[in-house]
Amino acid sequence: MELFNNLILGFSVALSLQNLWFCFIGVFLGTLIGVLPGIGPLATIAMLLPITFNVAPVSALIMLAGIYYGAQYGGSTTAILVNLPGETSAVVTCIDGYQMARQGRAGPALGIAALGSFFAGTVCTLLIALAGPPLAEMALKFGAPEYFSLMLMGLVTAAVLAHGDMAKSLAMTALGLLLGVVGTDVNSGMARFSFGFPELTDGIGFVVLAVGVFAIGEIVSNLGDPEERQVFTSKVKNLWPSKEDLKVSFMPVVRGTAIGAFFGVLPGTGPAIASFSSYMIEKKVAKDPSRFGRGAIEGVAGPEAANNADAQTKFIPTLTLGIPASAVMALMLGALTIQGIAPGPQVMTQKPDLFWGLIASMWVGNLMLVVLNLPLIGLWVSLLKVPYRILFPCIMAFSCIGIYSVNNSSFEIYLTAIFGVIGFVWLKLECPAAPLLLGFVLGPLMEENLRRALLISRGDPSVFFTRPISLGFMIATLVILVIMALPMIKKRREVITG
Amino acid sequence: MKVALTNNKRFLSGLMFIGIGAVAIFIARDYPMGSALRMGPGYFPIVLGGIIILFGIWEIIIGTLKPDEVKGNWSLRALIVLPLSAVIFGILMEKAGFIPALIALIFASALAGNEFKFWEVAVLAVGLTIACVGLFIYGLGLPYPLLQGH
Repeated sequence: MELFNNLILGFSVALSLQNLWFCFIGVFLGTLIGVLPGIGPLATIAMLLPITFNVAPVSALIMLAGIYYGAQYGGSTTAILVNLPGETSAVVTCIDGYQMARQGRAGPALGIAALGSFFAGTVCTLLIALAGPPLAEMALKFGAPEYFSLMLMGLVTAAVLAHGDMAKSLAMTALGLLLGVVGTDVNSGMARFSFGFPELTDGIGFVVLAVGVFAIGEIVSNLGDPEERQVFTSKVKNLWPSKEDLKVSFMPVVRGTAIGAFFGVLPGTGPAIASFSSYMIEKKVAKDPSRFGRGAIEGVAGPEAANNADAQTKFIPTLTLGIPASAVMALMLGALTIQGIAPGPQVMTQKPDLFWGLIASMWVGNLMLVVLNLPLIGLWVSLLKVPYRILFPCIMAFSCIGIYSVNNSSFEIYLTAIFGVIGFVWLKLECPAAPLLLGFVLGPLMEENLRRALLISRGDPSVFFTRPISLGFMIATLVILVIMALPMIKKRREVITG
Repeated sequence: MKVALTNNKRFLSGLMFIGIGAVAIFIARDYPMGSALRMGPGYFPIVLGGIIILFGIWEIIIGTLKPDEVKGNWSLRALIVLPLSAVIFGILMEKAGFIPALIALIFASALAGNEFKFWEVAVLAVGLTIACVGLFIYGLGLPYPLLQGH
């Protein structure tokens, strides 16, 4: 019964006129920017983050969640219509979605992507409502050693499952942790790595890092190697999939949701893993696997559901443990901190309206996506026709204004420019930046918990292995590392992510 | 396949990691290390610097054994002009106001592209500036002067 009371509380918050409006703005802007080729959800959120600063915390989070789903859906639209994935998880959608578009079935492809996501969103909203409270209760018992081990597990999974070279991802994670150290040390009050700039004693802003690396670095790369685009737009009329389409897609959507939810709860795994796994499974169970890659609707329905389920269940560890489960979630937590709320298991009990309102708004946001995209698809399509040379100055303008507005400081703009250059170099060297961002956000938390854990244990590091929950996380970390380093799996992983 | 070291993705990444790790340790050498019981501010960064260097060495070894070429080009023009346009925006925000900063940013960033059509950029600059003034200054109420003299 408590569940229902909680959900009722949530919906009463989410359905208030004001929050509906912010949810709408978020979904709308998120889709608008997410549709632009080459801009993933991460850059979209980083860019739009500053516009949420002047809003009340609940509304700000609702808007951000809306931006997140919007960006993800916008990315799928681009993947289907232009064959340009905004992020790795949309790569899968490209395979069959683009083929469908070429066959004149862009409408049903877009429709099933929206419906599949909506189904996944509905199931996962319920899942969060069910799993959230017990997890948060468990997390309240966590001490410093448990938190440290859990974060270590999250970082290692994120690095190991990231795109490409494992050693590079791990190194980037460590580099992220190091960047997180910049600023004043809480225990000693000493300024570390501030290079004599007083602005750096407050640390590097995560918006600065995210926009520099994911927006500016990305634009430089796009300008250097322009991609050819061919938009299949003439035939996007009927978005509603046929009865036959719905029938074929139903089971893939259900399976995709389950897969996405499973990977979503694991901290560190990105949506790409979920959508790739879903695609593989659909191909395996299909009666005629040869249809895949030639416009099979199951190949869009399953991965899209998985993608969205993963995106949504990522909120479980993020909200209940206060540990961001992905780079996007790191941004969400950053927003929470800027709003003056310390993330962690206590959020649920201390701010029930925020927690349940956000969860209910996820469902509302998903519904809005379905409703919005039917009339607005024409707008997205025309947006796709805007040449890149017009788009990128606009992105630069929004990014720069956004960063300036965080602290009203030009120093942050200069820092962003520097990270833009570094981000481009990382792109060229294929050093993945998503694990870096995760490490960056977790850096200070990890150091703090490491210090506290060792203080409690009087300097004995075995504390991480003698407390059962902490030991569990450590074993899981080790198992993941070993499994992914096995030659056989390593090869498969390269096939999937490479 | 033979790949020059200057064009070897893994080798270059390795160099970068070693460089960053070494600089981090060099700077952090003056921070008190403390003990495991009471960690000083130097402990965490130095350990991290060491880990990053180890990964760097690994990348260099693997990179020399299994070369991996950098793809695409280095797009030097965009790499220099685009960050500079942001810097110009930052300077003008403090010296000249929101409108000049924004117009300069749009023109400068457009120069980073491969095609630059003056009238197109001019129209874009005017339109986008009006939109941004409406959205950020009047809509969101950001407290920046539109124009400021000296």
